[in-house]
Amino acid sequence: MSLYYVQKLLYQLNRDSHTQQRYREDFEGLLAEYELDDEERDALRDGDIGLLYVMGVNGQILMHYSALIGQEWHEYIEAMKDGVKQHGPVRGGLYTLLEERDQ
Amino acid sequence: MSLVFAGVCSHAPGITGRAKLADPKLRDDLYASYDRMRERIEATKPDALIVVAAEHFANFFMNNMPAYCMGMAEQYEGPIEDEDWLAIKRRTVPGNPGLSQRLIRSVMEDTDLAYAEEWKFDHGIMVPLNFLTPRYDLPVIPVNINCQGPPLTPLHRAWRFGRALRRACDEQPERIALIGTGGVSHWPATPDSGVINEAWDHEFLDRFINNRKDALLSYTDEETFRDAGQGGFEIRTFITVAGATEGSIGELLIYAPIPIFAVGCTVAIMNIGERPATEALLETA
Ligand SMILES: [Fe+2]
Repeated sequence: MSLYYVQKLLYQLNRDSHTQQRYREDFEGLLAEYELDDEERDALRDGDIGLLYVMGVNGQILMHYSALIGQEWHEYIEAMKDGVKQHGPVRGGLYTLLEERDQ
Repeated sequence: MSLVFAGVCSHAPGITGRAKLADPKLRDDLYASYDRMRERIEATKPDALIVVAAEHFANFFMNNMPAYCMGMAEQYEGPIEDEDWLAIKRRTVPGNPGLSQRLIRSVMEDTDLAYAEEWKFDHGIMVPLNFLTPRYDLPVIPVNINCQGPPLTPLHRAWRFGRALRRACDEQPERIALIGTGGVSHWPATPDSGVINEAWDHEFLDRFINNRKDALLSYTDEETFRDAGQGGFEIRTFITVAGATEGSIGELLIYAPIPIFAVGCTVAIMNIGERPATEALLETA
């Protein structure tokens, strides 16, 4: 698990046009610059919002990434809900506290 | 001159980006409230607008996260978000680096403040500017309080930062307007998006409008997260404005819970009041 680097890649991607260009033209090269495990790389290759949410990516990063990949708002919300259904509760980050609340 | 205006407003990206999906009456009332705020700002003839924001990882990340940072650039750019998603076109926004530098020096006498000569605005600043300076002709000085990546600055420090900011503004020859933008309760960008704790919001806004310092500073982050969500951490921006207007009370122009905007949309103006004896206050703090 390297939630920090997943978020760092998305942070750079959300804000920086050069990183966005690399995302389009050399995504594998971009991925290789961050310390990620296989599941994280696959989630990023697939633009898997649901899994990224479950991994614990901060929503304020995830929402901008969702916009970048062209999702509609309702698609974004549904993707997170589906992610929890499919992969179980949030594993890391701030939202693990929400899981505690709901129990 | 001094601080000539102070207020707070919401900045949720849905306010512009999902405008068509909202109840038109609620949306138009909200937009009218932003307009009233804009008119009040314009009436004070400001030379610059300080925006105390709670950005969402547009510039600051957990590799090097300042608790407080002020922009010191000639110009800024934004939004970082997809233009169609936010329904705000990307553009440059003028700054005032000389004024920034004087404010930073003054605030640093009391509060450690980082500065940045590069800064990209996200919805947290662009949505308020879209309504308040629609011609983007007023120099903006951005301030960020980290409200997203804990550990976060304690509320009493946000208050004190506001007081230091007030003193810094009052020392300058320019006429300065100040807005804070942020929460109240919301669960932004999560599956709980659209949940709004109206009772919590009313209580918080009552404390804010009446500038009840002790009550404002009594929230713990655990309570805030439980009752007001991650978005509730952004009350720090309101508390900074309350600190800058200590002893004054405010006027709530609107509070409208609009679920598709994911927040109880708020626009409020604080009366500036007499220039406080901040030197003495700072000594006794
Ligand atoms: Fe926000």
